[in-house]
Amino acid sequence: MAARGKDPQSPAPLDPQAHTESTAALLRELVAHLRQNRTQLREEWARRITRAQLLTAMTEEEIFAEATSVYDNYVEALETGTFEALQAYARNLSERIIPRGVETHEVVGIVLLLRDVLARSLFAKYHEDFDKLNRILDAYEPAANRIANTVAVGFVQERERIIRQQQEAIRELSTPVLQVRERLLILPIIGVIDPQRARQLTEQLLRAIRTNRAKVVVIDITGVAAMDSNVANHLVQTVEASRLLGATVIVTGLSPEIAQTLVTIGVDLSEMATVGDLQGGIEEAERLLGYKVLPLEEVAPKA
Amino acid sequence: MEVPILKQGLYLIASIQSALTDADLSQLREALIQRVGKFRARGVIVDVTALDVMDSFAVRTLRDIAHMARLRGAETVIVGIQPEVAFAMVQLGLTLKGVSTALDLEEGLAFLDRQAQERIERTRGRIIRG
Amino acid sequence: MAEELLVAITSDLDVVSARQKGRELAAVAGFSSGDQTVIAAAISEIARNILMYAKRGEISLRTVLNGDLDGLVVVARDQGPGIPDVTRALQDGYSTSGGLGLGLPGARRLMDDFDVVSAPGKGTTVTMKKWRRRHA
Repeated sequence: MAARGKDPQSPAPLDPQAHTESTAALLRELVAHLRQNRTQLREEWARRITRAQLLTAMTEEEIFAEATSVYDNYVEALETGTFEALQAYARNLSERIIPRGVETHEVVGIVLLLRDVLARSLFAKYHEDFDKLNRILDAYEPAANRIANTVAVGFVQERERIIRQQQEAIRELSTPVLQVRERLLILPIIGVIDPQRARQLTEQLLRAIRTNRAKVVVIDITGVAAMDSNVANHLVQTVEASRLLGATVIVTGLSPEIAQTLVTIGVDLSEMATVGDLQGGIEEAERLLGYKVLPLEEVAPKA
Repeated sequence: MEVPILKQGLYLIASIQSALTDADLSQLREALIQRVGKFRARGVIVDVTALDVMDSFAVRTLRDIAHMARLRGAETVIVGIQPEVAFAMVQLGLTLKGVSTALDLEEGLAFLDRQAQERIERTRGRIIRG
Repeated sequence: MAEELLVAITSDLDVVSARQKGRELAAVAGFSSGDQTVIAAAISEIARNILMYAKRGEISLRTVLNGDLDGLVVVARDQGPGIPDVTRALQDGYSTSGGLGLGLPGARRLMDDFDVVSAPGKGTTVTMKKWRRRHA
C-alpha cells in the first residue's frame, strides 16, 4: 500500500489490483458499520428529513417506516453491488407515495440526506485515520451516487408512467359513448382531436356498438372546431367500420368548414347521413329505429 | 378446414369456426353457391365471429359469395365482424360495399326476414313503411 | 427482446401461420389487441403477395427497441419476378377495387414504416414496421 499524504486530492495508490481488492474489503467494512449503527443512523436521517421539511404529505410514523425500508435497501445495494432490487423497490415506493403528492425534489432530497448522514458517520468513525477515511470514501462515493441516481430515476419513471395513464384516462373520459335509448348510441365529440384520440374514439365506439347491440349511432361534432384531412378520414373510417358492425351512423353538427374538408378528401356527402344538429339527429335515429315520440296524453289516456 | 353450412328454412348459415386459408375460403364460396342453387335458398348468412383477421382475399371472397348468391335470388348478410377486425379493414381500405352486414346471427336473421317480408309486400303491390 | 422468427411461405397455410405468428409476437411486444389485428392483416397481404407472384419466399419477424419505443419489424423476401414500377404499385386504387391488387398500398396504410426494394428479375424485399411507446 503506497503512502498517501493528508491531502484529500492525493492520487490513487500505485497498485490498482490491491486497490480493487481493498475496495471490496472496504465496502464490507462500511456495510458492517452501517448495519451495526442502523438504529441511530436511521433515526438521524428521519430527523433530518423532518427538519428539511420533506415528505410533509406523510406522517412521522410513515416516514420512519419508509425510511427503514429505504435504509435497508440502500445498505443491501452497497453490499451486493447490484441495483435491480433497489430499482424495483424505488418504483414500488414511488407508486405508493406519488398519489400522496410527494414531489421529485423531495425524493431526491431524502436520498441525498441519507448519503450525507452516512458520510458524516464515516467521518466520525474514521476521523483519526485520514488515510483510511479517504479510502472508505473512495469506495463509498461511487456506490452512493449510483444509488441516489437509481432511486431518483425510478421515481421519475414511475411519475411519467402515471402521467401517461392519467392522460389515457382523460382521453377516455372526454369521449364518452352514451346509450340514450335501446340500440341507440350517441357520441358527442368536443374539442381538439389528434390522431391518437381519434383512433381511441373509434375503438371505443366500435366496442360499444357491439356491447350495446346498437343499430344507430349519432356522432355529434358540433363541439369540434376544426378537422384536418387526416382526422376527417378517420371520421369516414369510423362510419364505415360501424356499418360493418351493422350500425347506421348519423353525423350531426357538421360545420361548413368541416363539410368542405370532407368534400376535399373525396367524401360523397350524399352517402353520409348528416343532420344539422344533435336534436335532429336523435329524432332521425329514433325514426330509423321505429320509435315514435308521443305526448303523454296520448300514451296514458285519462281514466 | 371445411366450414359447416346449416339450412334453416330457406336460409343457409355458414359458421366459420377458425382461421381459414385462401383455399378454405374458395371452398366455402363454391359450397355455398352450390347449395343456394340446390335448395333455392332465399338468404345466406356467413358468420365470421371467429375470424380475428379479414384481409383482401377474405373480403373479395365474401363479395363474390354475395354477388353470386344474388344472381340466384338469395340475399347475403355477413355477421359477427369483430370491432378490431372492422377497424383494421377500413384502414386497409376494404369495404364490403354492396354487401349487407349485421351485428350477429340474430340480427342477420331479422334482416333477412325483413327483406323477405318486403319482397312479399312488393309482390302484393303495396309497400308498408314502418 | 430481440428474437427473430422465420416463416417460409410456400402455401396458403403458411400465410395463415405467418399472420398468427405476427400477432403472437406483437402481443408479446405489448401491442394492443387492435394493433395486433392490424399487424396480422398487413402480414397476410404481404405473405399472399409472395405466394401469388413469387410462389415462394420467407417472412422474418422480430422485435426491436428504439429509445422508449418498442417495434415489430416484418421483412418479406422473395426471389420472384420483381415489381417493375414500385411507385405505381404503392399507389392507392390498385387494390381497392378488389381485383388484382398487390395489397402493398393497403399494408402500407396499416404500418408505420414501409419500404419496398424490388426490380425485375431481382426479387422483392418488403420491410415494414409498427411502433408503440413503452408504458413501462
